[in-house]
Amino acid sequence: MADMAPAARPRSLEDRRLRKGILFALPAGLLLLAIYIVPLLVLGGFSLTDYRLGALNWHFIGLENFAHAFADPVFLRALRNTVLYAAIVIPCGIFLGLGVALLVHGRKRTRGFWEFAYFLPVTATLVAMATVWQFLLHPTLGPVNAAITFLGFDPVSFLGNPKLLIPTLALIGTWQVVGFNMVLFLAGLTAIPKDLLEAARLDGAKSPIDRFLTVTWPMLGPTTMFVTVTTSITAFKVFETVAVLTKGRAGSETLLYALYLEGFDYSNTGYAAALTLIFLAIVLVLSIGQTLKLEKKVHY
Amino acid sequence: MARSLTLTGLDKSFGATPVLRGIDLSVNPGEFVSLVGMSGCGKSTLLRMIAGLESPDRGRVAIDGQDVTEADPSDRNLAMVFQSYALYPHMSVRQNIATPLRMRQMTLAQRLPLIGRLLTPAALRSEIARAVEDAAETLQITALLDRKPAQLSGGQRQRVALARALVRNPAAFLMDEPLSNLDAKLRAHMREELAALHKRLGATFIYVTHDQIEAMTMSDRIALMSEGRIEQLGTPDELYHSPATLTVARFIGSPTINLLPAEADAEGRVHLFGTDTGLSTPARGPLTLGLRSEDLRIAEQGLPVQVLRCETHGADRYIGARVEGGEDLRLTLRQPTLHPAPAEGQRLHLAMNGEAAHLFDAEGRRASVTRRERVAA
Amino acid sequence: MLRRYLPHLVLALGAVVMLLPFYWMGLTAIRPPAEVFDISLWPIPKHFAGVENFTQAATSVPMARFMLNGVIVCGGILIVQVATAVPCAYALAKLRFPGRRILLSMVIAALCVPMQALALPLFVGLAKTHMLNTYFAMMAPFFLSVFAIFLFYQSFRSYPDEILEAARMDGFSEMEICWGLVLRASLPALAAFAVFSIVAHWNDLYWPMIVVTKTELAPPPLGMLFFSDAETGANYGALMAGATLITAPIVICFLLARKQFIAGITMTGVK
Repeated sequence: MADMAPAARPRSLEDRRLRKGILFALPAGLLLLAIYIVPLLVLGGFSLTDYRLGALNWHFIGLENFAHAFADPVFLRALRNTVLYAAIVIPCGIFLGLGVALLVHGRKRTRGFWEFAYFLPVTATLVAMATVWQFLLHPTLGPVNAAITFLGFDPVSFLGNPKLLIPTLALIGTWQVVGFNMVLFLAGLTAIPKDLLEAARLDGAKSPIDRFLTVTWPMLGPTTMFVTVTTSITAFKVFETVAVLTKGRAGSETLLYALYLEGFDYSNTGYAAALTLIFLAIVLVLSIGQTLKLEKKVHY
Repeated sequence: MARSLTLTGLDKSFGATPVLRGIDLSVNPGEFVSLVGMSGCGKSTLLRMIAGLESPDRGRVAIDGQDVTEADPSDRNLAMVFQSYALYPHMSVRQNIATPLRMRQMTLAQRLPLIGRLLTPAALRSEIARAVEDAAETLQITALLDRKPAQLSGGQRQRVALARALVRNPAAFLMDEPLSNLDAKLRAHMREELAALHKRLGATFIYVTHDQIEAMTMSDRIALMSEGRIEQLGTPDELYHSPATLTVARFIGSPTINLLPAEADAEGRVHLFGTDTGLSTPARGPLTLGLRSEDLRIAEQGLPVQVLRCETHGADRYIGARVEGGEDLRLTLRQPTLHPAPAEGQRLHLAMNGEAAHLFDAEGRRASVTRRERVAA
Repeated sequence: MLRRYLPHLVLALGAVVMLLPFYWMGLTAIRPPAEVFDISLWPIPKHFAGVENFTQAATSVPMARFMLNGVIVCGGILIVQVATAVPCAYALAKLRFPGRRILLSMVIAALCVPMQALALPLFVGLAKTHMLNTYFAMMAPFFLSVFAIFLFYQSFRSYPDEILEAARMDGFSEMEICWGLVLRASLPALAAFAVFSIVAHWNDLYWPMIVVTKTELAPPPLGMLFFSDAETGANYGALMAGATLITAPIVICFLLARKQFIAGITMTGVK
């Protein structure tokens, strides 16, 4: 029992215990500092200057970048485009996801197949799939337009007509998000106790629509909330399809694409920092509710 | 290798809440000491402090006179049996029991899977294997050695936990409510086995429980804890027959002791509901009179009560009654079932065995009591 | 009758839309240039040109190199993410240390900061230190996954404290407890996180597009972008063959482990 001698250890048991905790958390803590905290502070700093990457001197210009942003036709167009994109993707993504989930939920033997079919677009590399969509929607060579002409309509120039660019991107966005939402809704549906639906049936909710409105829909409340938040954030982050399909031509930039061009193509670092902060503010507003809920849950 | 254990002036607070206040306790080599009390009295914290899983704010823990207050849990050579048994879920019973030995006797490299086997001397391996077999035999779980904990019943897991504790030949066994997850019948059986194991090993046992029956039946001494303090330390008989405080009197004994408001006059005569009980005490003023259920009997005259209900427990019958006179005072009286049971609602008179009465002053401390003369209460 | 099959019918119609791009991609990839513009959906081409198309996709750009880059980047990110997140989550869930609550709050706050918001300062930092166009630049921003910390934290919390204490008394080091006992019980969470992380970074375009300009460093999505630019419509067969190659690893994994896959990618739902 010689090793029991406390003299061999300089620190007290409690100190050693606390030190272990710190040591375990330290690598992640330092990375948090280097990847999140310092960059966010630097970002805030940039946004108040006219700094351009590579430039030798820069000036403090206060909130001018923000003022400029809200007068910049390109940025405002990108903002409008993104809002339009979101306005299509959010409702379509949620309701199609819910609809598919309701249909899949009742299937027993075929459920696996439907899950696979609808979830596949979520996993696929969007850049590659955007290229495929470009081909599919080609005005003369693609099968979609072939079907449209076959039905007796004029071919639609999905990626040629400037008015149709954003709706087309939104179509692809919806295609990708439906499966994700379906799985979340399926999880929500599984969590609804069967007794509740049977109780509703006994209470006179005879038609499935009645039961959906009295039990299923209200019980899916938290899931719907969560799906709405994730879909909105995904929608505001649209980038890949723009980069592959339009490259912002004919005024089809989105928020993130405009930001990419300013920051990394034109090197307007200061201005891009301001745009980034606006983008971050939108995302934070969308996610604040869920985050506070989470925070409460974690701290009991 | 039974060791003594000395705790001196242990204090501990969690935030602003004091959990332990000035605990002093000395446990002799080979002694079985129980820490009992209600949940939240600090008994588990005290045990975990002995184990080194909690550090005291002040005070010392010593094993065989050697200060281990700042030693790591693994350096104290103590074994602990947990309430949930805490078996390693991914290891077989054999591996579970071998773990304390492997950790102590093998290097990190030797403990590695696959390569470790090559690095371990065969003698060491067979020595560990033999120790595991011995421990398993002691607890009659040899047949279970190759199962996983998930495949065992609660009682079997309990035995594995005990085997894992005794395989390392510890300075002392620490047990944290080890029987509370077993059903009543198995619990009674394991009480006996634990007591027998203690006798056989001659080891020091510190046993935490909230169940006074476990403490009473197995311990050499009991430390009854309340609000972070040791209320009384003594043999089971001492705690039952001369409880030092009202808290101890209430906690020990089943059914719970009967407590009646009494009063000592200027001469120290004890009155109960205005009647002289024939007892004297040096204390003055309002008192609490405690009487065990077996120290009351039905008499021709005495305290008038009304029978509420009768419970038959085999040889004994517990009669619950309400003291007549407006106040909501309940008493339990124990009598052999040979006597006919009184009917519900029946009125009775109760006499008490004055020699066995306990008196407690307004602060709940024991007051001495003497009998003056035989007067019917 | 109709009532019974209507759900299947609706689902089937939807599934056709969902799967059409995959079908068309695969079909075009094996068609010769002459048939590429044939709009028929008939699955068997008159001449099987899969070999030519895939050969061209693999030779006109370094497709194998893109895939290798993808493996290196995804693997590197995943290893560091797990190596840093597991101890941190263990400390948050099971150890006491000063600043624990603040760190936990910061982790949760960081969960809602998208990577794109950090890209600009990180890019400037990497440019200033002349580290653009390196594997390190592609991986560094993702070395810390607050999502992994949160996920493991939730999972570790349910591990029984008494087993940890038994292990401490038996002489396990805190490292052995963390990796050997606690993580072992959370293997499903680890598997799900691995899927989540690999899919996210295999498919990511934004960050590689910012820090990589050299073809030989491009991960698959960026490589695809280079490829489609270089080919602009000239050879759809080869283009689709390239797309197939890039999409295939993930789709095959998905086929093999559908349950774990769905769990991994929708894990954000456990929040």
